[in-house]
Amino acid sequence: MAEQVLAADGTPLKASLNRALRRQKMRALVLILPLLLFILATFIYPIGQMLFRSVENGIVSETIPRTVVALDDWDTQENDLPPATVFDALAKDLAVAVELKEHTRLGSRLNYELSGISSLFRKTGRRVDDIGEIYTDQLVALDPAWEDPATWVTLMADPDWIAAQAAWDGEGDEPAFVVSATAIDMLPQTADIYADFARVIQSGDNDSPTEEEPWHIVSLALYQDLIASPSVDIPGPLAGLVSTAAAAAPSFETEDVIATFTDVDDDWQNPEVWETIYTYSPAYTNGYFLNAIDLQKTTDGIEWQPENEQVYLTLFLRTMIMSMTITISCILLGYPVAWMLANLPARKANLLMILVLLPFWTSLLVRTSAWKVLLQNQGVINDLLVWVGFIADDNRLALINNATGTVIAMTHILLPFMILPLYSVMQTIPISYLRAAKSLGATNWTAFWRVYFPQSVPGIGAGSILVFILSIGYYITPEIVGGTKGVFISNRIAYHISSSLNWGLAAALGAILLAIVLALYWAYDRIVGIDNVKLGG
Amino acid sequence: MALKIPILGGAGLSEAKSDTAFVEFERVQKSYDGENLVVKDLNLSMPKGEFLTMLGPSGSGKTTCLMMLAGFETATHGAIRLDGVSINNIPPHKRGIGMVFQNYALFPHMTVAENLSFPLEVRKIGKSTREEKVMRALGMVQMQDFAGRRPAQLSGGQQQRIALARALVFEPELVLMDEPLGALDKQLRETLQFEITKLAHDLGITVVYVTHDQTEALTMSDRVAVFDDGRIQQLAPPDELYEAPQNSFVAQFIGENNTLEGVVQEMRGDSCIVKLDSGDVIDAMPVNVSKVGERTKVSIRPERVEFDKSRLSPDAHTLKAEVLEFIYMGDIFRTRLRVAGTDDFVIKSRNAPDQVRLTPGSQIEIGWLAQDCRALDA
Ligand SMILES: Nc1ncnc2c1ncn2[C@@H]1O[C@H](COP(=O)(O)OP(=O)(O)O)[C@@H](O)[C@H]1O
Ligand SMILES: [Mg+2]
Repeated sequence: MAEQVLAADGTPLKASLNRALRRQKMRALVLILPLLLFILATFIYPIGQMLFRSVENGIVSETIPRTVVALDDWDTQENDLPPATVFDALAKDLAVAVELKEHTRLGSRLNYELSGISSLFRKTGRRVDDIGEIYTDQLVALDPAWEDPATWVTLMADPDWIAAQAAWDGEGDEPAFVVSATAIDMLPQTADIYADFARVIQSGDNDSPTEEEPWHIVSLALYQDLIASPSVDIPGPLAGLVSTAAAAAPSFETEDVIATFTDVDDDWQNPEVWETIYTYSPAYTNGYFLNAIDLQKTTDGIEWQPENEQVYLTLFLRTMIMSMTITISCILLGYPVAWMLANLPARKANLLMILVLLPFWTSLLVRTSAWKVLLQNQGVINDLLVWVGFIADDNRLALINNATGTVIAMTHILLPFMILPLYSVMQTIPISYLRAAKSLGATNWTAFWRVYFPQSVPGIGAGSILVFILSIGYYITPEIVGGTKGVFISNRIAYHISSSLNWGLAAALGAILLAIVLALYWAYDRIVGIDNVKLGG
Repeated sequence: MALKIPILGGAGLSEAKSDTAFVEFERVQKSYDGENLVVKDLNLSMPKGEFLTMLGPSGSGKTTCLMMLAGFETATHGAIRLDGVSINNIPPHKRGIGMVFQNYALFPHMTVAENLSFPLEVRKIGKSTREEKVMRALGMVQMQDFAGRRPAQLSGGQQQRIALARALVFEPELVLMDEPLGALDKQLRETLQFEITKLAHDLGITVVYVTHDQTEALTMSDRVAVFDDGRIQQLAPPDELYEAPQNSFVAQFIGENNTLEGVVQEMRGDSCIVKLDSGDVIDAMPVNVSKVGERTKVSIRPERVEFDKSRLSPDAHTLKAEVLEFIYMGDIFRTRLRVAGTDDFVIKSRNAPDQVRLTPGSQIEIGWLAQDCRALDA
């Protein structure tokens, strides 16, 4: 081993070098810190959030937690309806969700997977507060005390909470309801749903459980608890009330929850509805991604979407092919212009450069709309072609509302992004290379192709990457001139973000797009080499 | 190395002007903008195998002349002939002229071997012959070991050697070089100067070499064409250029020179008497003056000035001089004098054992042989 080198002050040289470098790095960090924070806050974090939505699916297990647990035991292979416990659980979950107005959101979410669920949930939501009424009535008939909110509070609330609630002076919020351990132990289902009731009453309605009669579904839960443990022995003043109810419970008239649901809508008899709920009950799902590539999740595994609903693969493919077409058009049109720019005297080159940059001075929307005017069936270009006699008047070219329109308009709009990098690379290629090649005996073409062109490839690379990545995510222009045949995947993403509100699918589509771009970038690096990309000298 | 390739592709024959001329410019003019003539009236005739240098200050039109010869610029007027054939209408790639550029112009995306192979490939020469010729050309510039490298991995001198080899590999009879050594340091430049002249001689090629460095021009060339203002001021072998400049531009441009201004007072056949503006009278040889009363610049080389009276003829005119500065330069002494009203009159003397070292402040008398002092245009 080499001996350790010491600096003048006796510390190891490495250590003092590191210290000096660290200070430099810190200074550099401080300089970029504002930008870094800005980008983190406005770019990285939102994009991360958005991408996270492509797998996140907490809404099902958060909105209908009891149902999700109950469905765990359901054997989907049997192709039967789930057992009554699942319907019970859903009734309870919906009772809570309806009060919180969350069932429609869940309905919309599941509607992405199976259309009709949204209205099913909405309909059911309107009827769910009747479920269990029959038990309330019978309990009240047994003893009117069941009508008194105080009875329920005494039965369900923790004594400490009762004391705190009594001491509360009405200022600010009521102390948050705490369910008693005894109730959880002896009447678990009742305690469970009553706790939710109290929470909703307190937070949602800003009311107090001490003043509100519980929902009918709580009565249902109590009935179930009493049936489950007939000899329940509640300590305290309500022991008699409860044991009387327990004794009477077996002779209660009962309600068939399944029938109630079916009565609301036959669809609850459709196993597909339950399969969808079951399939999308985990907190994370690959369902959005599968949908984004025209697949779907079923209880039998992953399958193709029905033929008439397969759109995304076609759209991805079309986006790729059209972006490549646009990129190639930009190269073909931009290369000669860049060459001119690079070889003209400075004054003329500047003038030409202004012309190249001119499109940036007008709004994208205006330019795209201008294309609409030009490319129309009765537009300027068609008129001109007819006038010149290239095409017949009754045989005008379809230049807009299809892929052709998108390619034409986008090539025009993205052309400067090809010309600028090409120009800055070409500017650094001295004319003497061409002269040298010619003096060595090469014809103009050979000199260009063997000597000039290879040196301009980094510019083509940079321009192509720019144009391709811009066009792959382009949205406004295809929207305006693309019709249905000329839209890109990004139009679909925009649709899901702003119209269908299926953000998860939009995020999955976006993530796939990002992955494709990164993959192409990687491929480009492997084939051409990324250090072969130059934006300037 | 045999040099036998047809230079021209038959086209555009015109009458041969002279039997010996290989490269010929006749009354060539060139203007880029239609207003100023960059090349005014160029007449030049070179025999085969000559090494001719175009020397001149920057902007004097040297590169333009070279580019017209290579075919990258067209002459506005006049004829350029190669081997008796007018080449005005022959495109550059058919002229078969080798060319070395100032910035080397080696193709950066090709290796050294590929660079050299390029002119052979475009001539559709077979692979094995190509490889053999490439290695031979690399051998000529001692660069065989670098065949696989990229130009960027070579030093400036090495790149220049490759550029030279590339210009020679397809065996052209005429090679043009535009300030090929301009970017190199002095030592390397001297080495390469020697190598280039030797190669040119050994291969028997004709070379038109452009430089603004007069030492380079004098040491390398058979003949030097001194350019100024779009014209050849003098075309002569180096020694003649130095010893017998034809006008005051050449005299001042080539080597160090003392200039005094005055009026011709008396003509005496092959010598004359000039009365300087300071009133002093000197001997001179009339070159560009023909009659009494004409204004003239007389030019005298520092090493031809004598301050030892015994070496001058008794009737020679002398000038009074005051020693201002004495500089010891090793092989020579350089002494600056105040003479006839100028402070920058310089004399040089050899550092010999018996040489006098003048002390600043002392008064001396200087003189010269009439043939060493040339009376040129004013
Ligand atoms: N392509 C050109 N366009 C216009 N003027 C030029 C061009 N090339 C050279 N010139 C002008 O012609 C003159 C001679 O240039 P050049 O032949 O390059 O001189 P040299 O090589 O002796 O330095 C200069 O004044 C220069 O500005
Ligand atoms: Mg020049």
